[in-house]
Amino acid sequence: MNLVDKQVVQNKMNKRIISNRIMRQLFFLASVFGIVVLAVLLYRIFSEGLPYLDLSFLTSFASRFPEEAGIKAAIAGSIWLMAVTAPISLILGVGTAIYLEEYAQENKFTRFIRMNISNLAGVPSVVFGLLGLTVFVRLMEMGRSVIAGGLTMSLLILPIIVVSSQEAIRSIPKNQYEASFAMGATKWQTIRRVVLPAAIPGILTGGILALSRAIGETAPLLMIGALSFIAYLPENIWSGFTVLPIQIFNWTGRPQEEFHLVASAGIIVLLVILLLMNSVAILIRNKFSKRY
Amino acid sequence: MQAASESKHVSILNTNEPDKEETKTIYAVDNFNLWYGDNQALYDVKMDIPMNKVTAIIGPSGCGKSTFIKALNRLVELVPSVKMSGSIKYDDKDIFSPKYKVEDLRTNVGMVFQNPNPFPKSIYENVIYGPKTHGIKKKKVLDEIAEKSLKGAALWDEVKDRLHENAFGLSGGQQQRLCIARCLAIEPDVILMDEPTSALDPISTTKIEELVQNLKKDYSIAIVTHNMQQAARISDKTAFFLNGEVIEYSNTDKLFSNPDDKRTEDYITGRFG
Repeated sequence: MNLVDKQVVQNKMNKRIISNRIMRQLFFLASVFGIVVLAVLLYRIFSEGLPYLDLSFLTSFASRFPEEAGIKAAIAGSIWLMAVTAPISLILGVGTAIYLEEYAQENKFTRFIRMNISNLAGVPSVVFGLLGLTVFVRLMEMGRSVIAGGLTMSLLILPIIVVSSQEAIRSIPKNQYEASFAMGATKWQTIRRVVLPAAIPGILTGGILALSRAIGETAPLLMIGALSFIAYLPENIWSGFTVLPIQIFNWTGRPQEEFHLVASAGIIVLLVILLLMNSVAILIRNKFSKRY
Repeated sequence: MQAASESKHVSILNTNEPDKEETKTIYAVDNFNLWYGDNQALYDVKMDIPMNKVTAIIGPSGCGKSTFIKALNRLVELVPSVKMSGSIKYDDKDIFSPKYKVEDLRTNVGMVFQNPNPFPKSIYENVIYGPKTHGIKKKKVLDEIAEKSLKGAALWDEVKDRLHENAFGLSGGQQQRLCIARCLAIEPDVILMDEPTSALDPISTTKIEELVQNLKKDYSIAIVTHNMQQAARISDKTAFFLNGEVIEYSNTDKLFSNPDDKRTEDYITGRFG
């Protein structure tokens, strides 16, 4: 009188188990795909670029001759750009996040700002380049300078920093606020002595990841007209500059085969810098994250 | 800090019976209503909380007792949708008047929460958080405050050798006593306790109950509790809350032995709740 026919169950058994195995293999292949492609890319770049990568590559300026070409100006330019972008974007981004999470009343204006910040994160970087060109380079007459590039980059990564800071602040348990307020602390004291110390690891992690995106961006800087061939180092924030990705882009576009190999060497330098920055972010997250 | 102990600021309850000792009122709550959005949580609450006594607030879950105690230091305002009417007077001053500074109120009224909530800082930093917030900077004074407060919370002997270790290394009961020490460090007049032992084991609970008995010499204590035996053991007066109303408020002995209201009797004899 069993409603479940044992024979049917037995017949289906193998089929079920086999389809499980097949799916498992499919999903494994899917996850390996990206890594294999990356490995091939890395192999090509390292085999091409390593012969060109030596001390003189790091300490020479760009040149017409592949053997003499170096990346000094681009490294210095990238560092200058970061030195401008990091403080501007962190101060503006964390300030925005604190306002939105702690002070802002829930009303139409706040909702409008929140919505636009998420929208901003989805705007293509070329558009930010156009914005930088119009506002900073032309309107504010900053020219094709480090400061114009840094401000453009700040705008580009601002939404990422705001959102990650908001998340870091939101992850702090409400009972921490209660403890502080219940002792007569003001909102700012609570933010400074309870919220920020607990949120700093999350804020820095998000900040560094955002900066490592900025250091690899090319499009907005091409738009504002960063130079691609300079034989001097930026002296101040008003100097012209080039950055690593632009230099690499420029080398790849040359007809001579050797310059493509030089570009590979440049990519290695860029990758090493990116990896270093991401490691710092992971280190901060693991070392300082607090548990409640 | 001294304001409440000066008798001129303190109203005197109308006690007609001469055999009763004079009881000063520290909190006078009158006709107090509170809403979360459209849901009314408290209805016409009227009760006076006496000075240097332990006042227990009992009632089933969701009866508004935690809401009420959080209204006393205006912490309930952290919920954005909250609306209130009626008056709560602390030390004869209306705490909702626009001129009254909420920071001032909370400097005189400390609070201990249901779950221990130390900051992720050292034990020492936790205790001196309040005084530092109020602008006390001298290291020597802060050291003294830390020692005095930890002794007051009966925690000093257990932690004096590891003051600079993280507070999360303490057990749950120790963390709760640390929170009491942190509250004592601001030298409040009133301590509000919101089910301070509900997350603790029986031994830690006993320690905290003993502590409450010792503290009432110097502080007025209002304690919300789920545990009727606890209320009977440690409090002088008890209020029974049900569905946002004060059903009965009287001396603890009377409320537990001879309650006026049928619902109080049903609750304390365990027929519901």
